[in-house]
Amino acid sequence: MSLADRSLALSTGSRNRQRSNFELYAWLFMRVSGVVLVFLVLGHLFIMNILDGGVQRINFAFVAGRWASPFWQVWDLAMLWLAMLHGTNGLRTIINDYAERNQTRFWLKMLLYVSSAFIILLGTLVIFTFDPTIG
Amino acid sequence: MATAPVGTLYRGGQGMWSWVAQRITGIAVFFFLYVHVLDTALVRVSPEAYDIVIATYKTPIVNLLEVGLVGAVLYHALNGLRVIAVDFWSRGPRYQRQMLWAVVGVWVVVMLPGTYYMMRHTVEALFGATP
Repeated sequence: MSLADRSLALSTGSRNRQRSNFELYAWLFMRVSGVVLVFLVLGHLFIMNILDGGVQRINFAFVAGRWASPFWQVWDLAMLWLAMLHGTNGLRTIINDYAERNQTRFWLKMLLYVSSAFIILLGTLVIFTFDPTIG
Repeated sequence: MATAPVGTLYRGGQGMWSWVAQRITGIAVFFFLYVHVLDTALVRVSPEAYDIVIATYKTPIVNLLEVGLVGAVLYHALNGLRVIAVDFWSRGPRYQRQMLWAVVGVWVVVMLPGTYYMMRHTVEALFGATP
């Protein structure tokens, strides 16, 4: 282990000296998901805010019409998962950068992971169980 | 980290500030995403609950916030592509500054008509029909 690796392991407070490629995969995921999200999110914003007339047009019937199509269900599901994982990893990086105490870092990340998991599962459930005849 | 560095690691210039803006826009968009999934989840409660909450978004203030959101997402997307070019394109680091000006240029060119079309309804509602 080089001196730089050793000081990095010490400075991150990690006792685990096993090599892991997690940070490499996380770094790569940000780039790959980012490229896909450019199309999914900018497409979503352009269609919703400009082509379809913005929030003025939005109501339950609009959502029902949209999710009647598997195409938009898959689009929204992919956008939900990629954007949430991309954002969660981004906030993980920011917490690691600025929270200096081990305890603070740990609990902030726990809060992040629990709330992100909740949002991803809730959004997935809503897309898969949407019922246009509810009420 | 364990020991605070002497002085500062922040070196200023376009490189640092584009990175700062990437973090700030990322955090803002991420928190909006939480709220957006929660409001959309109301379609599983009842059509009335969803429509009542969405109705609170149909105001000039929220319309302005929407333009801000789109501006934040657009910057984050364009600068993200620049970061990818710096990482993977052999000449990326050399042209990082020119690419930032390209990001700013494209952002302005897209946001000018984008703001017009997004705000049109609000302007008509507040000041009467546009010419």
